Amino acid sequence: MSGYLDMELLRFTTAGSVDDGKSTLIGRLLYDSKSIFEDQLEAVKAASERLGNEEINLALLTDGLRAEREQGITIDVAYRYFATPKRKFIIADTPGHIEYTRNMVTGASTADAAVILIDARNGVIEQTKRHSYIASLLQIPYVIVAVNKMDLVGFSEEVFEKIKAEYQQLIDILHLKNIYFLPISARDGDNVVTKSENTPWYKGEPLLQLLETIPVKEEIDELPARFPVQYVIRPQSDEFHDYRAYAGRIAAGKYTVGDAVTILPSLTQSTIAAIDEADKSLEEASAPQSVAIRLADNVDVSRGDMIVKSDNLPRIDSNISLMICWLNHRPLSIGGKYVIRHTTDEVFGIVKDVYFKVNINTLENIKDDKTVQMNDIAHILIKTSKPLKYDLYADNRITGSLVIIDEGTHETVGAGMIVDSLLEQTFVI
Amino acid sequence: MSQKLTHLKELESESIYVIREVAAQFEKPVLLFSGGKDSIVMAHLAYKAFYPAAIPFPFLHIDTGHNFEETIAFRDELVERLNIKLLVGSVQESIDSGRAVEEHGYNASRNKLQTVTLLDALAKYKFDAALGGARRDEEKARAKERFFSHRDEFGQWDPKNQRPELWNIFNGKKDLGEHFRVFPLSNWTEMDIWQYILLENIELPSLYYTHEREVFERDGVWLAAYPFMKLKSDEKVIRKRVRCRTIGDISCTGLTVSEAHSIEDIIDEIASSRVTERGGRADDKRSEAAMEDRKKAGYF
Repeated sequence: MSGYLDMELLRFTTAGSVDDGKSTLIGRLLYDSKSIFEDQLEAVKAASERLGNEEINLALLTDGLRAEREQGITIDVAYRYFATPKRKFIIADTPGHIEYTRNMVTGASTADAAVILIDARNGVIEQTKRHSYIASLLQIPYVIVAVNKMDLVGFSEEVFEKIKAEYQQLIDILHLKNIYFLPISARDGDNVVTKSENTPWYKGEPLLQLLETIPVKEEIDELPARFPVQYVIRPQSDEFHDYRAYAGRIAAGKYTVGDAVTILPSLTQSTIAAIDEADKSLEEASAPQSVAIRLADNVDVSRGDMIVKSDNLPRIDSNISLMICWLNHRPLSIGGKYVIRHTTDEVFGIVKDVYFKVNINTLENIKDDKTVQMNDIAHILIKTSKPLKYDLYADNRITGSLVIIDEGTHETVGAGMIVDSLLEQTFVI
Repeated sequence: MSQKLTHLKELESESIYVIREVAAQFEKPVLLFSGGKDSIVMAHLAYKAFYPAAIPFPFLHIDTGHNFEETIAFRDELVERLNIKLLVGSVQESIDSGRAVEEHGYNASRNKLQTVTLLDALAKYKFDAALGGARRDEEKARAKERFFSHRDEFGQWDPKNQRPELWNIFNGKKDLGEHFRVFPLSNWTEMDIWQYILLENIELPSLYYTHEREVFERDGVWLAAYPFMKLKSDEKVIRKRVRCRTIGDISCTGLTVSEAHSIEDIIDEIASSRVTERGGRADDKRSEAAMEDRKKAGYF
C-alpha cells in the first residue's frame, strides 16, 4: 500500500489511423495489466456479439459513445486509467482521422509521451507524418513508435528495420527527440506487456515496461519559476482578518520562502513571506503544486498577474507569434477580434496576419492560401489588448500556450503555441 | 533535485486548481453534494482550496426521499462543521407538483427523476456552474466528459460537439440561461479516492463499513429492504453483513457482502475485486447507453 502512495503519474496519448489497432492496443494494455473488470468485459463481450464481431472487440472498451460504437470509430478523446505497481497512467485515446486533428491536439496538449502506431504492412504513411508533426508541434517529450500487426508480416526484422529507416527521415525534419521503436502485435499482445518470443531479434523492452520507466516531468521544477495568480484568498473572519494570499498552481520552477519576486505586469518587487497549502505552511513548493503565496509587502495583485522570481523574468509583449490549430467550423478571421485566454489572464487579440498554413500530410508550407479552416495548422501573428507575460512554448508548455475564444459564440476556436516569428523558419521543416 | 510529486498530490493539486477556477470564472457556482465518498472528497478539496476563507459557494443535495438515513445525518453534520449553506432539492416535491412522474413496477427508481429536480433547482437559484464529483473511470460515457462541460439552456449535454479543452486552460464562457457542469475529480480512479481518504484521514458515513442489515437479492445484486422496495414473490428478506461500495438512492444501490471495518480493509477489498464499483448500480444496467442518455438529458 505504501508503494501506491509513492507512485508517479504518466499521461500519454495514442495516435494512429483508423485501422492501426489503437483502441485494440489500449484494450490490450488494460486487459493484460488486469485493469478490466468482469462486468466491463461481460458488457464488451455482449456488445461485440451484437455488432457481429467474432472475437471480443477490445476497442469497445474505449469507444464509449453510441455514435462511436455504431460506426466503429473513435470520435472524441476518451480518457482511460490504469496502474501498475510502478506508475499510474492516464491514457488520452484520440481519434486518427484527419477531420479529428483538433481532438488529437487536445489529447496531446497534456501528454508526457505519445504512442504512434504504424501498420507494419503499410509503413510510414501520410497519417504517420501528421501524428508525428502534432507530437512535435505540441512538444510531447517522448515518442514511442509502435510498429503494429507484426504478426501479419511474419514478425520480420527486415520489415521493422525498413520502417525505422523511413521514420528516421521524419525525425530529422521534425527535430523529434527521445524516440523509441518497438515491434508489436496489439491483437495478440506481442511486446505489449510481456516480451514476445516471436521477435527474438528485438532487444528492447515491451511497451508497458517502457511506459513505466521513461522519465516524467523531470525538468519542470528546474525551469524558471512562474506563478500565474488564479484567485485571491481574503477570509472575512476576525481570526484571519489580515490574511491575504494569492492562490494558484505553480506553472514551472520552485518557490522558497524569502525569495525575491517580481509581480507582473506592474514590475512591483516583493518577497515571499509564506507558502500555504491549506492549513500547512511550506518552506518551499514546486510545479505543479497548487498553493497560496503570501507576500511581505502590501501590493496590488489580482487574477491574471504573474509572480516570478526576480532573477529570471518572462517575455512581456503584445505582438505574439503563434502556431495554431484551428478547432472550429467557422474559419479564422484575419483582422478579427477574439478573446485570448493565456494562463489565468484574459485579453482581447486581433489577428494581424497568417504567415502560412502547414499541409500536415506532406509537411509543406502553404503561403498562397490564407483561409484557416477547422483542423488546419497555421503560423499567425496576433496583437493583444494588453501585453502577455509569456515564455516560448518550447520552453514552457503552460506559460507558452493560449486558447482563442470566439466572442460571439463563446466557443474555444483555436489552440495557440507561442513561438518566435517563423518568417525565418526555425521551428519546423 | 527536488522531490517529485506523488500521483495523489498531483491529482489533488489539479482538482484544487479546477475548483479555484470555478470560483474565479463563475458568478454563482454550487457544489452538488450527494453524501457519497466522491462528494465528501470534493468538500474536502474545496475546504483546502480556499482555507482559511470559507468555501465561497453553497452545497446542493438532490434528495430522492429514498436516501439512507445515515447519509442525511452525515450530510447535516458536515455542512455544519464546514459552515456551508445547504440547499435541498426534493424529488418528492417534483412528483407532488406534477413536474416528475413516479416510476412503477419492481424496478421503479427515482434515480432518473432527479434530473427534473436538479435542473429546476439550478434554474430557481440561477446557478451558472454546478461542481460534481463524477469521475471518468466510472463509466464509458463519463470517460468522454470534459472538466468544464457546457450545458445548453435545456440543461442538455451534446457529447458529439464538446468544446475542446487544452492544456489546463478552461473556458467557462456561456450565454445567459446556460450553465456548466464541472468535474474536478475527472482524472481520479476509485482506488485514488480511497487512497486519498486514507492519506487525508477523511471521515465517511458508517454505510461504507461493514454492518448488518435486512437485504434481499435481485438479479445477483443485494439490495436494502425498505418499505418502498416492492418484493417479488420469490424474493426473501434476510440479515447479512454488508457495506456500500457506492452510495446512491436506496433503490439502485447494490450492497457488497463484506467484513471491511476500516479504510485499509476497504482498499484491500477493492484491490482484489473483479467488478467495478458501478457493477452493482441498477441505474447503469437499464441499457448499454443508459448513462449517456441520462447525461444528455441533464443528469449529474
